[in-house]
Amino acid sequence: MKNLILTTAVLALSAGMVMADGHGKTIRLGTEGAYPPYNFLNDAGEVAGFERDLGDELCKRAELTCEWVTNEWDSIIPNLVSGNYDVIIAGMSITDERDEVIDFTQNYTLPDPSAYIATSEDADLKGGVLAAQTNTIQAAFIAESGATLVEFATPEETIAAVKNGEADAVLADKAFLTPIAESDADLIMLEQEELLGGGIGLGLRESDGELKEKFNAAIATMKEDGSLNELLTKWEISGQF
Amino acid sequence: MACYLTTGKHMSIYTSVLTVLLLLGITAPIALAFGFGGATAARSQITPLRWFGKTYIALVRGVPDIAFFLFFVIALDQAVEYLRHKVLCPGWEAPIRQGNDFVVCQAAKMPLGNAPQWVHESYGFGLAVLTFAIVFGAFAANVLFGAMRAVPRAQLETAEAYGMSQRQTFWRVLVPQMWVYALPGLSNLWMVLIKATPLLFLLGVEDIVYWARELGGTKTPRFTDYPHGDWRMWYFLALLVFYLLFTRVSEIVMARIMSRLTHGQATAGGEAQRKAAA
Repeated sequence: MKNLILTTAVLALSAGMVMADGHGKTIRLGTEGAYPPYNFLNDAGEVAGFERDLGDELCKRAELTCEWVTNEWDSIIPNLVSGNYDVIIAGMSITDERDEVIDFTQNYTLPDPSAYIATSEDADLKGGVLAAQTNTIQAAFIAESGATLVEFATPEETIAAVKNGEADAVLADKAFLTPIAESDADLIMLEQEELLGGGIGLGLRESDGELKEKFNAAIATMKEDGSLNELLTKWEISGQF
Repeated sequence: MACYLTTGKHMSIYTSVLTVLLLLGITAPIALAFGFGGATAARSQITPLRWFGKTYIALVRGVPDIAFFLFFVIALDQAVEYLRHKVLCPGWEAPIRQGNDFVVCQAAKMPLGNAPQWVHESYGFGLAVLTFAIVFGAFAANVLFGAMRAVPRAQLETAEAYGMSQRQTFWRVLVPQMWVYALPGLSNLWMVLIKATPLLFLLGVEDIVYWARELGGTKTPRFTDYPHGDWRMWYFLALLVFYLLFTRVSEIVMARIMSRLTHGQATAGGEAQRKAAA
């Protein structure tokens, strides 16, 4: 424990020196703003949700000035790489494919089981038509399985596709689907779940090593004192550290 | 209901209507200027200038808008940052291209990393205006190029016979007469431009279509004070009405301009006006 705090302190110090160039820099956090409870726009049009609380806390602990930006999911990685913002905090699961293009911090959620939502219990998950958001682990999973994949740009559209009969079921993170299934009588959550991905982490440019260490250290302290677990409970995301 | 329509989010959609109108208001004259420049260059006596004009028209007209918006804007942004990097940070050793990453020193960032969000948004808006102007300028150039050739040759020959120089013929005879031929094509472009504004979102500017989709999406009670089902249809219906009204107003204005331009022209329309007056 003592050791951990020490390394954190040393890391923070050395990071501070290397980051002399970025002194006083505002860290821009990029998110999608359409994936409750992880991130969404509240009634006032501001970014809210689990990741809003988490991001603000992390920035406080790492002593960074942060600012929220929204970006479409489709182009969220290209815009990070070309420097329009510095961090992706958008419920992005850590996968090997993404890791080749960008870097991830340690995970701040455990792998959340992905669930299916459909209009009837006997939806055909093996050979039917399944909807998922483009460039997600769920889309990749369906493509590998025998089912027919239809992709949509936003999570909202995947749900609409099931409701109007275009797809038999949606595969998405369970925490996203649960409130939808609860509030809509036509939709039911299926029993079957898939364990995909390695949990969610912050995405950073591969060249941004110092920033990554700062966030890693901040996440570590939040795991340590249980404040991360509190946030997970507050937003009803499964899995505790 | 009144409370619902005045949430912060709804305020955003109202502002985005203004953003779109502002974009149209700024882009249209700039695009027209680009078009005029392109058309003039394409019919220039100077060979390289003519090539430049013709290449501009052919190239931009040929590339799909979406590809142009995605590629050109990122390239332009990076070019600006690259130049600033070279000037502002001469001592920088690390390579700018690191794998996929584009890394320049903090001082070279456009806009600066610590600039407030509105600066980022205006910068994105500026990029949008420029990109729209270049794309629609190319189409306008083609329209104006055709219009300039449609002016009866006899008019220009008469001007020359009066001893006007090339320049005088161009500005005093050709340009005032070409608008009547250009207007149908230009009004088409204007209509397309009105509808092209959702491309703004590709540039990170949140436009009306984005907000309509966001507001109309299903809202579950846990995350909002105003839960509702899929209302996108109603929001898009409102958009439809907005765009149709806008188109109608444009048509009326265009018809007025047309009847003004036709006045005294050697066209069928001008002839009809003369007879009606007589």
